Amino acid sequence: MTTALAQPVGGPAVEIAVARDLARRAVPLAPAAIGVCAVFWGLHGALSSAYGLVLVVANFMLAAALMTWAARISLAVMLGTVLAGYIARLAVLTLAVLAVRGAGWVELVPLGLTLAVTHLSLLVWEARHVSLTLAFPGLRPKG
Amino acid sequence: MSLAFQIIAAQADPTSGLTAIGRGIVYGAAAIGPGIGIGIVVGNAITAMARQPEAAGMVRTTMFLGIAFTEALALFGFVLSFIVKGGG
Repeated sequence: MTTALAQPVGGPAVEIAVARDLARRAVPLAPAAIGVCAVFWGLHGALSSAYGLVLVVANFMLAAALMTWAARISLAVMLGTVLAGYIARLAVLTLAVLAVRGAGWVELVPLGLTLAVTHLSLLVWEARHVSLTLAFPGLRPKG
Repeated sequence: MSLAFQIIAAQADPTSGLTAIGRGIVYGAAAIGPGIGIGIVVGNAITAMARQPEAAGMVRTTMFLGIAFTEALALFGFVLSFIVKGGG
């Protein structure tokens, strides 16, 4: 098994495909999230919600890119990259929020709610699709 | 204690410092659990891929989703840490 850990992981880059799927699903979700935030917090809420959506999608894409890059090297590198990537992505997310925290157009509540809710919603949506696809390859849900 | 420090200490609002410490604890504590969870997910996925390389595609897909789901907990802590209002 030690030799296996040093080998690159074969097969297509499924993480990128899943992350692209998540980004594609964020498009129909965006108007709903931004609209709800606009109703409760106005223009600033809508802008903050849009920023939160961008952060969520960028987080998924970055995670997928890191994992795909590491998988081409070896399983052991993949293990290290995923764990270090978790800390790095949390740090980037924190910096991205801290950077705009004092800006006039930022409302922290809609930004935070969008981050948490859209992250989970997109994942549940994608997990439903992936679980059906993995269990029954012929049965692919629409949308 | 210098005079300047005494003046600063007298004027500082102690609740703002405590709020900052509380926020740090919330974020830190919320990040520890998912860190352990992601370690377990990735460790088992790596073992599965090493034992059965032909199933790597399926394992990677579920691993990616598992990591993202676990990370949501850390996101909740992060969001709470800057949403919750305190003295600071």
